[in-house]
Formats: sequence, C-alpha cells, structure tokens
Amino acid sequence: MARRKPKLAVWKFSSCDGCQLSLLGCEDELLAVVGEVEIAYFLEATRARVKGPYDVSLVEGSVTTPEEVERIQQVRRQSGLLVTIGACATAGGIQALKNVKDVNQFIDAVYAHPEYIETLETSTPIQDHVPVDFELRGCPISKEQLLEVLNATLNGRAPNVPKYSQCIECKRTGTVCVMVSQGQPCLGPVTQAGCGNVCPACERGCFGCFGPKETPNMASLSRRMAELGMERREIKHFYRLFTANADAFREESKGHE
Amino acid sequence: MAKCGSAKDAVVIGTDGLDALIKLLAKDGYDVIGPRVESGAVVLEPVDGVDDLPAGWADEQDGGHYRLTKIDSPAIFEHVVGPHTWKRYLSPPAQTILRARKRGKGFSVEEVVDAPKYALLGVRACDLKAISLQDRVFDNGDFVDKGYFARRNKAFVIAVNCTRAAGTCFCVSMNSGPEASCGFDLGLTEILTKTKHVFLLAAGSERGRKAIAELKKKKQVKAAAAADRAAAAKAVDAAAKSMKRKMRKDAARLLAANREHPRWEEVATRCLSCANCTMVCPTCFCSTVEDVTDLKGKTAERVRRWDSCFTHDFSYIHGGTVRRLRSSRYRHWITHKLSTWHDQFQTQGCVGCGRCITWCPVGIDITEEVRELGKRRT
Repeated sequence: MARRKPKLAVWKFSSCDGCQLSLLGCEDELLAVVGEVEIAYFLEATRARVKGPYDVSLVEGSVTTPEEVERIQQVRRQSGLLVTIGACATAGGIQALKNVKDVNQFIDAVYAHPEYIETLETSTPIQDHVPVDFELRGCPISKEQLLEVLNATLNGRAPNVPKYSQCIECKRTGTVCVMVSQGQPCLGPVTQAGCGNVCPACERGCFGCFGPKETPNMASLSRRMAELGMERREIKHFYRLFTANADAFREESKGHE
Repeated sequence: MAKCGSAKDAVVIGTDGLDALIKLLAKDGYDVIGPRVESGAVVLEPVDGVDDLPAGWADEQDGGHYRLTKIDSPAIFEHVVGPHTWKRYLSPPAQTILRARKRGKGFSVEEVVDAPKYALLGVRACDLKAISLQDRVFDNGDFVDKGYFARRNKAFVIAVNCTRAAGTCFCVSMNSGPEASCGFDLGLTEILTKTKHVFLLAAGSERGRKAIAELKKKKQVKAAAAADRAAAAKAVDAAAKSMKRKMRKDAARLLAANREHPRWEEVATRCLSCANCTMVCPTCFCSTVEDVTDLKGKTAERVRRWDSCFTHDFSYIHGGTVRRLRSSRYRHWITHKLSTWHDQFQTQGCVGCGRCITWCPVGIDITEEVRELGKRRT
C-alpha cells in the first residue's frame, strides 16, 4: 500500500534564506524528495499554498520582531513535527550580535528612517518560544543532514545527526589539524560536526557555524588560543560569529569582555 | 622480540630501486599507500613513485604541536609518524558492511566486504606493532572481522626502521620500536652518508623474497656490505637513544589502583573531549554503526564509522549516558589503553607512537598523566 505523502511546510523568520535554499539545492535528490512529500507551503519555491495542518514544518530564521513572536505560535499549532534549520533558528544567528549591544544604536546607524523599524531588543532561537522536535545546525545547514532528517522522518527512524566535535569529522576524512600543524586558532574542538569540515579542509580554522558540541570545554580552548597568540578581544570576537548566542559561546565570549 | 627479517640476507637498493619497487607493486595490482606531504604534514596517501615521498622533510613534534620543516638532506624517511595511521586503510573510517532490500513483508540482507589490495609503504615499528594488536582485537577467537582480515591478508607491508625519533615518541619504553623486527614483507633502513644514499632491504616473508628477486632481475639490487649493515644498525640505535619521552613500566598497575584520584579532575579542565587522541591512535578500534535508508524505504545500508569513547553518545544506554563527565571519559580511555586492555586482549594497548600527544589540540601527554598518578599524594 502506498503511504500517504506527508505535507511539508517551510517557514521563514529572520534569516537570509540560505538554509531553505539548501532544500532547493538538493538538485539530484530534489525530485526524489518531491516524489515522497507534498510541498504544501514553501514560498521560496512556489506561490501555491496548501492549507494546514502540516505533517512536517521546517523553520528557518530567528525571532526578532513582535510579529514573529506571534507567528511562531501559529506555525507550532499547525505543525506535527517542527524541525528548526540553521544557525538563526537554532541559536539566533549572526543577528543575535545585537543581544550584547544597544539595539537602538544599530537602528540609528543602519536605517535612514529609524522610526519605521519595529524590532525586539534580542534575536532568539525558535526553541526559546515553542517546543522544537529536532534541530539542524549550521550556517548554512548541510544538505546531506537535511536529506537525512527528511529521510529518517519518512521512514520512522532516528536521524543520524551526531553531536560530537568537528575534530571527529576532520580525522575521519583525513584533514590535517590546522591548529596543531599550523598554529591556527580553530573552534573545531568545541563545535558540533556536520558541515563536512569545509574550512579545515581549505586549511582554515573552524568558525563554529554548527554551534557548540555536546559538553564543550570552552575554557581550555580559550587558554590554548591565547597561547597561540590570540588577544583576549580576538577570542571574544571569534566566539561571536554565526552562533554567538548559543549558550556556551555566549558565556565564553562574555568572559572575554 | 623474535627477528623475522634477517639482516644477514639483506641487500642494498638505491632510490631508483625504491622507485622500481613501488612500480613493481603497482604492476602487481597493489594500491601503494605511502608517506607524502599534504597540508603541512606527512600523511599516508597513494604514491606512484619515489618522487611522491617526502624527501628533505622532517617533523618537529611536541604536545599539541607539529611542524614540517625543510632540511638540507635528500633523506626520504627523516620524518617520523604523522596524523594518519594505517587503520585508515585496514579498518577504514567509513565502510558499508551490509545492504538490505525490502522483499514482500520481509527483507533480504547482503553482506558487503570491500577489500582493495594495498601495499603499505613506510610502516614504522610502532605502527607494525599496532597492526598486530588490531589483529588480536579483530579476531578474539569467537568473532572475526571479515572485512579487516580480507584487507589485512592481502596487504603487502614494507616496514621502515626509524633513524630519528620525534619529540613525542616513546616506543622504546613500550618495547615496540624503533626497529621493526617482525610482521613485514620487506624491511627498509635508510642509509645516508657523505658518499651514498641507499636503503638496506631485508625480506620478512616469501612475498618479500619474491619482490627482491624481481628487483634483482631489474638490476636494482646490490649485496649489502658489512659497513652498510653497521651504518643501518647505528642509525636505528641513535634514534632509540635520542628518545626523550617514556612510559612508566608500572602504568597498568597504577591505573588500576587509582580509579579515584584528583588528577582526573585536573586533566578534565584541559581535556576538550574532542576525540582527536582516539582518532589518531593506531590501536583505538571503536566504531559505531548507522543504518541509512533510501527515501522510499526500499533499501537500507549499514555503515560502520570510527567512533570514540570521548563522545557523549558512546556510553549511551537505555536511560542515559554513563560517562557524562570529561574526567570519566579520559579516565576510561587511558585506563583501557594502558591497563584493562591487558585483561581483555592479553597484549599491551599502546605502542608509544606519540600521536595522541602531538595531535591533542591542548597537548595532553599520556606519559605525563601516568607519571602524575604515580606521584605520592600530598
């Protein structure tokens, strides 16, 4: 018996659209995905909208406006499984840099008419507002991990999305450690794997796009980066990138103020 | 240790002879894997000839520190061990071990054994010992890892005796180097003097003797002079004598006796639980299996991947993770490696290659941790 195609919705909050694009970027696998799910709501791909409820909702972006605070509640109510995708949805994104500053200064500096801007003082991840069933990290997310989550959901199994360090991924692929062999600062030892070790494979330290790994030892890595010649201020800034508001990174960067 | 390759029968080849050997093995259908320079380190990757080998490079190693430096020498094996180990080939980081297909109400399962024919060039004594320890792990009498032994039995092993020790080496204290005594098809020692650059070549197996005979046909082989044998022995001896680090002989007992010790909390302040030590360890063998399906759920594959006791998920059982703290993960790893391994496999678990020291981003030193446990508590 053919199974009923689950209804998939893709929602956007404050974000750059890059993670939704990963779904369109599935290319070869996209047709197979479309064959197995009904794309019910996905404005980046189609204007056609099918009414809820939805079996699976992919939520991109963080909550930065009063309107979004309301809207995420509506999305949650209409969704069976709610999966957050990307650094914005799971940690607040790069825009969470405003959390540690006075937001009005940014508004005045950026916009010609600040009076038109209605924004919250913080950028917060989706799980701060509603219960989330699964989170996919990354800036952007990995296409393989997205497919794995969809695949696992369709087949009723747990997704293979590990929470261990980037180092494991580097070592499995044979990438030489840039921290040990070149003395480059690298967030790999405290960052969750999944990106396909993009930066270390190009001989650059990891920027922590996938956010903190399980049980990260922030203090030890900070000490090591200081020994490698990083200034206190540089260490603070290093943790304040795409996942600046993730608990472990936020607290460690605060400790370097 | 019993000597398998007899230095008495050893011959001498030049760099051309080494090149001929690599090409001979390739012609015989071997994927020749050897040391080459990539991304600032000596890694173990496919090599096509002697020109691919890291001539004129030496490694500087210390805790959390590795630098490759150009040296004024044509020496090919001046480097010691790098971030890669031979388990990358014999027990690969990701391997599909079975495929399943849905059939009616059930499914059929097909076992997958992927076993390329490798020639491993430049296996150091410590790594040779590590391979022998993994042989023991992957065949415990009750269970045999078929894939591992399919690759292992095909592999042609060319050992290289170390003529230099890296800063993190401690093989002498583990009784596993710097001379490769056993378990190879061919054994090489580089001899570099003012007047010549040659390799003393000894056969350790029938396959090795055949390879030497082939090289003879190509006129690449000369008889070894007593002076060559003496020069090789002296170079290996010098490597042994220059080794700075060592493991305490009573490590197994110390670890068994100190399951509670303030040092575990101390090392946990430094340990990143990043798992680098286990990934670069030539004897660490742990793996996990992941089942992956196609979107339709018609076919599935089981993929076996390297795993590590430093992850939270490693000790996850029904109800939660057993080793939640870094202190307990580090204690588990070092205790298994140096103490309970003996009970489990009746062999040592560490070979003194020093990789876990060099490739730990914060330079935690396994020899130092044992030494600290042995100090009288105040």
